[in-house]
Amino acid sequence: MLNRLDEALSFHQNALRVRGQRQELIAANIANADTPNFKARDIDFKAAMQSAVAGINKNAFQTTKTSPLHLDGTPASNSNTSAAPGEPLFRPIIQGSVDGNTVDMDVERNQFADNGIRYEASLTLINAQLKQMLAAIQGS
Amino acid sequence: MSLFNVFNISGSAMSAQSQRLNAVASNLANADSATSANGTPYKSKQVVFSAMPTGSPDASGVKVLKVIEDNSPAKVVYDPKHPLANDKGYVTMPNVNVTEEMVNMISASRAYQNNVETMNAAKTMLLKTLTIGQQ
Repeated sequence: MLNRLDEALSFHQNALRVRGQRQELIAANIANADTPNFKARDIDFKAAMQSAVAGINKNAFQTTKTSPLHLDGTPASNSNTSAAPGEPLFRPIIQGSVDGNTVDMDVERNQFADNGIRYEASLTLINAQLKQMLAAIQGS
Repeated sequence: MSLFNVFNISGSAMSAQSQRLNAVASNLANADSATSANGTPYKSKQVVFSAMPTGSPDASGVKVLKVIEDNSPAKVVYDPKHPLANDKGYVTMPNVNVTEEMVNMISASRAYQNNVETMNAAKTMLLKTLTIGQQ
């Protein structure tokens, strides 16, 4: 029963995780707007989301291993899927600068706002789902 | 939790930018200091930024790698009444380019603002996340 509830919410949970990762990357791009030779990076959200849904919670259970004896956190059935989709990629250069920095502040600000709003949209959807479930449980 | 790392990233950028602003303030304040602690005219100081790894391997913050002294030639001004003038009446003044420093100041201030907004957005997102399932 709890498993079912978890499954129902897992899509948006994954979406939130990927959005959070993307927000972090874009924040790093904005932070490094004046760093020489810094290359702006971003996640392909679609690919990251697809890989997150395909191997459900593949990354969610990734644990920090401090000893070789520690067990792998990834489920055995998903261990063959590579982590390549959804990896950070370099952003195409729109207007290069002399110091080798490829951060375009307009693009980053756009993407940051966009990503933030979509994050909040996912939150709203999760809340709506929870409300629905609560209504189904309580009746009326 | 990756959103918490935004605070580290933006925070590091804010401290780096404020260090840059500090250098600008020092340069502007000493734009006319014909002598400094070591007896030579003040030299313009510039910070060098570098990416710094933070909690996650993909997203990096910023740190000030080093503060360098601008080695461009000093301004030479003709002012025979100046106590530091040489026998031909010329005084060596600092190599601070005031226009450049003003541009630097605006750039640092804008970058700082950007990072504050980034941090605020992350804060709002995290607070909203905490309200899941309430109401």
